[in-house]
Amino acid sequence: MESPVSFDYAPAPESRAIVSIKPKYGHFIGGKFVAGSKHFPTINPATEEVLSQIALAGKAEVDAAVKAARKAYTTTWSKMSGRERGKYLFRIARIMQERAREFAVLETLDNGKPIRESRDVDIPLAAAHFFYHAGWADKLEFAGLGTSTKPHGVAGQIIPWNFPLLMLSWKIAPALAAGNTVVLKPAESTSLTALLFAEVCQQAELPAGVVNIVTGDGSTGALIVNHPGIDKIAFTGSTEVGKIIARAVAPTPKSVTLELGGKAANIIFEDAAIDEAIEGIVNGIFFNQGHVCCAGSRLILQENIAEEVLEKLKKRMAQIRLGDPMDKNTDLGAINSKEQLLKIRELSASGDAEGAQRWSAPCDLPTKGFWFAPTIFTGVTQSHRIAREEIFGPVLSVLTFRTPQEGIDKANNTPFGLSAGVWSEKGSRILWASQQLRAGVVWANTFNKFDPASPFGGYKESGWGREGGRHGLSAYLKGVSHE
Amino acid sequence: MSFYGLVDGSDASLKNYLGSLSGVDHVGADARAAMLATRSIKTTSKRWAIDIAISMVDLTTLEGADTPGKVQALCTKAVRPDPTDSSVPSVGAVCVYNDMVAVARKHLDLIGGAHVGVAAVSTAFPSGRASMPVKLQDTRDALDAGASEIDMVIDRGAFLSGDYIGVFNEIVQIRELCGTRAHLKVIFETGELVTYDNVRKASFLAMAAGADFIKTSTGKVAPAATAPVILVMLEAVRDFYQMTQARIGVKPAGGIRNTKDAIKQLVLVNEVAGPEWLTPSLFRIGASALLNDLLMQRMKLDDGYYASPAYVTID
Repeated sequence: MESPVSFDYAPAPESRAIVSIKPKYGHFIGGKFVAGSKHFPTINPATEEVLSQIALAGKAEVDAAVKAARKAYTTTWSKMSGRERGKYLFRIARIMQERAREFAVLETLDNGKPIRESRDVDIPLAAAHFFYHAGWADKLEFAGLGTSTKPHGVAGQIIPWNFPLLMLSWKIAPALAAGNTVVLKPAESTSLTALLFAEVCQQAELPAGVVNIVTGDGSTGALIVNHPGIDKIAFTGSTEVGKIIARAVAPTPKSVTLELGGKAANIIFEDAAIDEAIEGIVNGIFFNQGHVCCAGSRLILQENIAEEVLEKLKKRMAQIRLGDPMDKNTDLGAINSKEQLLKIRELSASGDAEGAQRWSAPCDLPTKGFWFAPTIFTGVTQSHRIAREEIFGPVLSVLTFRTPQEGIDKANNTPFGLSAGVWSEKGSRILWASQQLRAGVVWANTFNKFDPASPFGGYKESGWGREGGRHGLSAYLKGVSHE
Repeated sequence: MSFYGLVDGSDASLKNYLGSLSGVDHVGADARAAMLATRSIKTTSKRWAIDIAISMVDLTTLEGADTPGKVQALCTKAVRPDPTDSSVPSVGAVCVYNDMVAVARKHLDLIGGAHVGVAAVSTAFPSGRASMPVKLQDTRDALDAGASEIDMVIDRGAFLSGDYIGVFNEIVQIRELCGTRAHLKVIFETGELVTYDNVRKASFLAMAAGADFIKTSTGKVAPAATAPVILVMLEAVRDFYQMTQARIGVKPAGGIRNTKDAIKQLVLVNEVAGPEWLTPSLFRIGASALLNDLLMQRMKLDDGYYASPAYVTID
């Protein structure tokens, strides 16, 4: 064996042998897989390899799914005790844990995210959501939401491509725990783990029709949103689509929760623990290629430490390992789609054009697939597009402030308000800042931490309602009175 | 002494210097160390890591029961860790108590191990509870007996009571005594300093006072060389290099028993301090049982199976 002269990590690829991807998929309706009529390809964004053909649901399929969900709601799920529902949720959670590696590999192949993240973050958190909500199923009267709550009935759920299985579990777990049945549509580019989840529902012997999964694009989503047989809509995705949905359901009796875009501020005060703040900045914007609605995409840096922090940040960014998402040592994977890559490029170009200074970590981009090097823009001001618009990629805009109040004012000066980060070793400053920040989640000395018990959601254009915790549960119940 | 121009030797300047350090967030440091522990080191890079780890071992025996016979056996092992394979490098040094230094040096020279250093634990190791004249004489003894490396302990009591200048002055005096005769490693006993803020502070204090190496532990107190503590110390030497252009070494010691742990430490070195630190002159691992596990893992890479422990020598 020839030895290298330096510590270059040899390739350590996760095996894909554990997954078997079918050449073509249908929909999961009424507990059965039914063939689709039209299909479109789903690809591995790291290689552009076509993984499978996904069915495109039209009116007939959505009607069938809603009908199956209604039947399951009326005949089975609404009649079942909370304890029985909880048993199914626990069973699903356990099967997800047992098949975690399969889910992780499939998620990485279909989404492009590093296997380390799907293995250590996405899948464990998805299972945790089912465990958490399984516990609520028989305790709804004690959730502090009133004693006469009722499920809505049939929930229509539309989820994004950035955390496919995790967003599915954020939607399905509370809906089922509260006694609803669901029709869920995964994102067009990442349907595979939702279809594997359908297999898990069969394996758990979940009553037919409680979970229905229809695949498709925006047209399928519109059919769900506008379907008269659906009582509640839950959507995670862009603010643009969220507004369309809000308009569509406004004249209807449907309840809605929306989890939309963000442009989160990560505020670093002069008294922060610098090395951990650097990690927080990196994790805030480069986690999941920056495809995170709550990403810390605006670094708001106290001016007197800006030079030191930026120097350290650049050194740290140069160590980010970009490449094969299946390699266990990869930190930054592929951009999910060509369309998204073009959007990231376009917004980055606007940063150049508007006078911000671009710096990208030196790294070789693979020739196939969709890639974008970790990038920061310095000299960004509030009026730049890259300070106002969501890039949804590994691109960080750096702004500076002189006084704590100015930092907060800049952080809040955005139509979004999903999350924020505060970095300081001074407790009183953290408490003061988090009270001032108009954001649904404020992380102190950390970033991108998720827990099923913690409500997540936004202010302003970042959305309506909360997911997770008791607040998230209440979105799937009617007759809620907060005690 | 100039102390790199960072302090002038006064209490006020030392307080000012230590006060300028940024804090360490405990949760964040733990998380970073845990993330780096997920690195998967396989095939060629594992082979490289095992060999460099062997060359970084300070092969240690620090027992009341140490005898010349035991120390001589350890020295033989240090020079030729695997008697059946001459491609295995020698370890960095043997680490013994003061009274065994002469025995170790003599035996190493006798068996062609002049390139292997002898490190002596000094200054009333492991507690550091003795008067300064005793600590100086302790060190002088070791140097006179031929120690090429002095592993001194700091006065943790003084550190925890806030007497930083006292700790600083002790290191300075031992540094002066070592002169060019020996490398100075300064042991913090991080298990007694407890907080990462203290570890960072002790690191910068010792480096300014003239340490060539900063070392986690004596091996007599648990916890010893935990991954986050090593991380914090590696960050300190990296930052100190930025300030002074001087590269200070790091030596974890205590509780490092297997190849997996050693490789995780090399990953920390590589990604925190940088690849420049991946050399025995800047990174050492204080251990005893670790060496045999490294040898067995090395054999496994060559042979494809794990051999019985009977195929490696016990000392």
